[in-house]
Amino acid sequence: MPQFAVELRDVVKRFPGPSGEEVYAVKHVSLQIHDGEFFSLLGPSGCGKTTSLRMIAGFELPTTGAVMIHDRHMGETPPFQRPVNTVFQNYALFPHMTVGENVAFGLEMKRVPKTDIAPRVTEALRMVRLPGMEKRKPKQLSGGQQQRIALARALINRPEVLLLDEPLGALDLKLRKEMQLELKTLQREVGITFIYVTHDQEEALTMSDRIAVMSGGEVLQVGGAADIYERPNCRFVADFIGETNFLRGTVKEQKGKTTVVEVDGGITVRAESENSLAHGQSVTIAVRPEKIHLRPTSGAANAFAGRVEDLVYIGTDTHYGVRFAGDHRVRVREQNTDSASTPLARVGDEVTVSFAEAAARVLVE
Amino acid sequence: MTAFLRSLRDKDNLRGLGLISPSLLWMIGLLIIPLIVVMISSVGGRDPDGNVIFGFSFHNYLRLAGYNYDTPCGDVPPPCFDDLYLTILWRSLVLAFQTTALVIAVGYPLAYFVARAPAGHRNLLLFLILVPLWTNFVIRVYAWIMILRTQGVLNGLIGSALGVLNLPFKPLEMLYTPGAVLVGMVYEFLPFMILPMYTSLEKIDSSLFEAAADLGANPLRTFLRVTLPLSMPGVVAGTILVFIPVMGTFIVSDILGGRQVILVGNLIQRQFLDARDPAFGSAASILLMVMTLIVTIFYTRTFGFGEEIASA
Ligand SMILES: Nc1ncnc2c1ncn2[C@@H]1O[C@H](COP(=O)(O)OP(=O)(O)OP(=O)(O)O)[C@@H](O)[C@H]1O
Ligand SMILES: [Mg+2]
Repeated sequence: MPQFAVELRDVVKRFPGPSGEEVYAVKHVSLQIHDGEFFSLLGPSGCGKTTSLRMIAGFELPTTGAVMIHDRHMGETPPFQRPVNTVFQNYALFPHMTVGENVAFGLEMKRVPKTDIAPRVTEALRMVRLPGMEKRKPKQLSGGQQQRIALARALINRPEVLLLDEPLGALDLKLRKEMQLELKTLQREVGITFIYVTHDQEEALTMSDRIAVMSGGEVLQVGGAADIYERPNCRFVADFIGETNFLRGTVKEQKGKTTVVEVDGGITVRAESENSLAHGQSVTIAVRPEKIHLRPTSGAANAFAGRVEDLVYIGTDTHYGVRFAGDHRVRVREQNTDSASTPLARVGDEVTVSFAEAAARVLVE
Repeated sequence: MTAFLRSLRDKDNLRGLGLISPSLLWMIGLLIIPLIVVMISSVGGRDPDGNVIFGFSFHNYLRLAGYNYDTPCGDVPPPCFDDLYLTILWRSLVLAFQTTALVIAVGYPLAYFVARAPAGHRNLLLFLILVPLWTNFVIRVYAWIMILRTQGVLNGLIGSALGVLNLPFKPLEMLYTPGAVLVGMVYEFLPFMILPMYTSLEKIDSSLFEAAADLGANPLRTFLRVTLPLSMPGVVAGTILVFIPVMGTFIVSDILGGRQVILVGNLIQRQFLDARDPAFGSAASILLMVMTLIVTIFYTRTFGFGEEIASA
């Protein structure tokens, strides 16, 4: 039993840059992706997601490092001999072939007998909920339908791993949401490992079993959605996933996880950190807006007097901008649970912002 | 006609007619009227001075088909059957097919190579393909005489190569043969095939090649199943651009074929200039046109213009 579906071992990819120098697209990436996992590569544009995926598919070869698929060293194995299939961002359906011919292509290349291909095409189209579309040309389909055909064309080969590069990027928001759920359901049904590239954090959080957050060609953090959201390991991850308030300061003392940080401006914040930190080390504290309260809460480790500077009502929530301790500004998100929907505070009101020790994460730069 | 005139009462239709009228005049003046003149003279006759006598008879066409009514065919006295013109027509048709096939065979790899070259090099390569066109057509054909003649470049090269090996060498008779005409034609018409082929090949989205490879197609099968079918519009366009002028050209065969290789083009030219029988020349022209049209229609019926794929 192989250990991992896909493993990247210290993979580096350099491209020749425009003026002769080499540019790093991927820097020392190591990843282990389990069998049957829905794994996402998440990061901003240009962080090396596509390049990483293309190295797994075999369209690019790593400059150094190794790509392993089910413990087999891929080396220079060309794409057509790798046990993976790709769903391309622009779908890349063959325009001169019908939907049926497109979907059958992979099996034909494997020299599966014609009599076996037809029922499998029917089955694959049924799976992506487009039965009976065999005779159409790709041009006669909507974007969402083309997307499903691309999926069927890849899945019919029963690959060991399915690679998807922003497959929903070209769809409108509503269709996107639908397809996200559908893809997730489909992945559970077929049990194939999915490696999914996206720059949309919400998409990654909804669909993935685990996420690798990338930036500048490096993987910063790997973990489940809750891990990454609740326990970001660096400022970039905290900032990229969801909304976060940052407070800069220096470590005053640490007892177990509890870390007391002296924040610039003369207040002290009690926060949590798994790392042992040196006295006087400069750190950043991250607090999610929904974990800060304007109502006085008993037992909150941190409470500061502040003033509401702005307020945005967005239906389910109200967002407040609060200035406290001189120059610090935080965003606070309060759910509108009262039916009266009277805001907790108005602009200019004096309020107390409070948050628990566990809500504040210490990040080392 | 009345329906047409009635439709002109609509202001938009009138304006439309006004807008296309310059090109309409052009078409009528330079295409329709000359064509009608040629058609009329083709059913006429000739007087001793070489003028057209207007009339209505198909004897020019019968003559092309082999019906000889005035001169003996060998020992047989007229009227008799003479396959002279049919042979010329057949030869032209065969040569046009051979040229087109060879131009495809030579042009496709070239077009493929240019289309797959790094983006920065493509324009330079295309430029190099087009550079010969800056020299006059006739001069380029003459250059082939220098290459092909008995004391020419090619024989010289072969001779010295064999000389090094101490083998006997008798210069090859290459000029004034059908082969020489074929080489000249291929050379002259190659760019007209490469350009549309290149355009077609270059337009193929490279992610389709990756998709094919991803689905298990090796490079050869990717070529056969994806590249080739998607580049067919270029091949079809190139074929039409090459086949039609090759059917009518007379310069290459005149210069490289001498008296040996006479094509329809030469036949028509000689009727108008040397033989001074424009009526017969007109009939040959019409026949050439009809033959070319039939081949083209047959061809596009089979392969299409490729527009369906091209617009995808
Ligand atoms: N073929 C190439 N030649 C040169 N540089 C490249 C090449 N492919 C990618 N790069 C560079 O490598 C870096 C990473 O690119 P990559 O396409 O992997 O980013 P990405 O994370 O997929 O971004 P996006 O979200 O915009 O698709 C970029 O800076 C890009 O310019
Ligand atoms: Mg990308």
